[in-house]
Amino acid sequence: MDTNKTLMLPGAKSTIAGDVDSLFNFILYTTGAIFILVVVVMMYFAIRYRQRSGKAEVTSGRDYNHVLEVIWTVIPSILVMVVFFWGFKVYMKMNIIPRDAIEIKVTGQKWFWTFDYDEGINIVNELVIPVDTPVKLLMSSQDVIHSFFVPSFRTKMDVLPNRYSLLWFESTEVGEYDLFCTEYCGKGHSEMIGKVRVLPKVEYEKWLVESAVEDTTTPLAELGEQLFKKKACFTCHSIDGSRLVGPSFKGIFGNPVKHNDGTTATVDENYIRESLLDPQAKVVDGFAPVMPTYQGQLTDREIDGIAAFIKTLK
Amino acid sequence: MGTYSERNYLNTPTGIKSWLFTLDHKRIGLMYLFAIMTFLFVGGMIALVIRLELLNPGPDIVAADIYNRLFTLHGAIMIFLFIIPSIPAALGNILLPLMIGAKDVALPRLNLLSWYVFVAGACIAMYSIISGGVDTGWTFYTPYSSTTDSAVISMTFGAFVLGFSSIFTGINFIVTVHKLRMPGMTWFKMPLMVWGLYATAVIQILATPVLAITLVLLILERTWSIGIFDPMMGGDPVLFQHFFWFYSHPAVYIMILPGMGIISELITTFSKKKIFGYKAIAFSSLGIAFLSFMVWGHHMFTSGQSEFSSMIFSVITFLVGIPSGIKIFNWLATMYKGRITFETPMLYALIFLFTFSIGGLTGMFLGSIATDIHLHDTYFVVAHFHYVMMGGTVMAFLGGLHYWWPKIWGRMYNETHGRISAILVFVGFNMTFIPQFILGSQGMPRRYYMYVERFHTLNIVSTVGSWILAAGFFLMLYYLVISLFNGKPAGNNPWGSLGLEWSTPSPIPPENFDDDLKFEHGPYDYDKVIAEKTI
Repeated sequence: MDTNKTLMLPGAKSTIAGDVDSLFNFILYTTGAIFILVVVVMMYFAIRYRQRSGKAEVTSGRDYNHVLEVIWTVIPSILVMVVFFWGFKVYMKMNIIPRDAIEIKVTGQKWFWTFDYDEGINIVNELVIPVDTPVKLLMSSQDVIHSFFVPSFRTKMDVLPNRYSLLWFESTEVGEYDLFCTEYCGKGHSEMIGKVRVLPKVEYEKWLVESAVEDTTTPLAELGEQLFKKKACFTCHSIDGSRLVGPSFKGIFGNPVKHNDGTTATVDENYIRESLLDPQAKVVDGFAPVMPTYQGQLTDREIDGIAAFIKTLK
Repeated sequence: MGTYSERNYLNTPTGIKSWLFTLDHKRIGLMYLFAIMTFLFVGGMIALVIRLELLNPGPDIVAADIYNRLFTLHGAIMIFLFIIPSIPAALGNILLPLMIGAKDVALPRLNLLSWYVFVAGACIAMYSIISGGVDTGWTFYTPYSSTTDSAVISMTFGAFVLGFSSIFTGINFIVTVHKLRMPGMTWFKMPLMVWGLYATAVIQILATPVLAITLVLLILERTWSIGIFDPMMGGDPVLFQHFFWFYSHPAVYIMILPGMGIISELITTFSKKKIFGYKAIAFSSLGIAFLSFMVWGHHMFTSGQSEFSSMIFSVITFLVGIPSGIKIFNWLATMYKGRITFETPMLYALIFLFTFSIGGLTGMFLGSIATDIHLHDTYFVVAHFHYVMMGGTVMAFLGGLHYWWPKIWGRMYNETHGRISAILVFVGFNMTFIPQFILGSQGMPRRYYMYVERFHTLNIVSTVGSWILAAGFFLMLYYLVISLFNGKPAGNNPWGSLGLEWSTPSPIPPENFDDDLKFEHGPYDYDKVIAEKTI
């Protein structure tokens, strides 16, 4: 666990993280001091003024001190106002998006993240960005509210179904960082985890060029296997027969499945194609109709690949 | 030695009907006490299962959708069925008339009705368990709650009905405080517990209807597809958050204000000392009640609300912290030059000062927008509200329960057991929730069924802490039950307190006081009067 000059926070890897941490530490130390003061005074009074003799006596009737009341109202008030202004200042810095930020479209849905680049790249659960460059995320959700949270960047924003929300950050160090969904979104909430991969600028440019070209050389089944991981199919579908949110892919190809409307069909290439592009058309009996459509997110060759991959899962 | 008062509200009159149709505030309070203690037990057992699941990062003992139902149930039970009614409806019902020298609350029939409404609401809410459970979290955020196939309607309808019980109790307490104070008890001679209950009642009446409306809108949306919150039908999901927190933030103060009232009683009684800064404490309760309505947006700093709103909510949030700080300092000053003894209730008061201070001070991290962005919806928030709600309200409730236990039952519990239990609760509580502050700062989101490996160690500490906490509670259950059968008789006033409720026999007579009751001294006049301990 790399900690960064602080007891509790993960490493600070964005331009605003340092500002947030300074404030965090200021609050930690001042409130820590107040807390220790309260506890020490409490324990001192408890010991010093404990009842020593069995004889009951009346105690002091002093029950008010104007100076004290003013002191312990004014000093905390000043302190909280300092923290408020400090917090607001850093917040404003978080909210002013640099004009030259590169823009990436983020889509949250149950239970994965999709990132769309201007270059025509579309990847799941992995945000690839260049280091030392402001990045602006234009985010929306396909279903319920999600929230985009990268602890190392100290930043978070809800992802809503009916409007766009914006978030920006500038990472300061090459590496891989956790991306969590922090708005409860159902069964797969704690698996809606992705990565932010920060690359050196040159490598990022290279990655853009490579990823934008459609893969025509990888054998179909292998391509399908890659997509199974890349598109996070594994969140809901197992390949070992175990039951997750959706039916397992093991041994389904060529075999009949029963649907929730009572009909049955045999799983073939056309069936798989339809399930990817129009998932609610046929829903396997015993499962909820929760699969999102992949219309527009998969090329024909990629669909061929997924079908070929499922075919291999005997 | 104290004596056990033979003719008391527990045995006069007798028969099951005399309980089910009772108009006696003490009996209604006691029935509330049974109900909420049952829910505390259920909610606590669920918490243990949740902690056990989180012992290891992967899936262990329950499936993800069961886990989601469990944390929803834990939250809903603890908030709506335990904490909100705990101090006002259970202890407050028994004590409010006694503390102001009245024979009952002003509206006894409304009081009984509120209990039945509570039971009805609880049954409706619990029906959701057998009809599939609810997996939305206790906050019922839309559009998740408008689209999930779990039993949202029965749970929210239950909370809707429970709200009425809360409103009835609030109305009753306000009327009682205005109309039934005994001659001589002016506003500023009332015990501070009464001020706490009064401020609470004001919030209950003003805030609860908003929750009721919100939940009804949610039910309408689910049953008749009227688009209010669900964007698929043209609604706005963030609107729900505004409505919900407009109630639920003030509700935090519904939960804590009466707890603060109890602490004022405990610290004065066991320090044998006049309360320091009576008016400061009383007015800070009203100040909290007033400001509590204007801070709801601090739950929504990452929701996309405007930066300007966030700024306003942040500044008012900081202001609402000040009155709580004032109270802490006044309680400390009350201990100065006292004659302090450390019976179980006082231990809980000291624990409260410790844990509630942590709860309040960690609010600073969350009120400040820049740090809240990082901490929002992480375990830091979970730890913070457990420190406020459990470290604050529940510790105060346990202190009050032990303090008035002899008054309610006429018998003492085993003091040694009480102290051991209090220490176990203190150690277990801190061990459970301190690690969660660190987990949250490191980025562990709340409501996670599984988590990444680097959060493992602290989760183990937290889970072990929950076992110590549970041990403390089980010991408490044991000695409290035993005390009902063979506890020593308490007598009128086992603590030597000057509160009015201690001038009458224990258990309390059906009519509370003799007709010739006079207001002879204030509840905190330890500089003038000495009350003999009856034990």
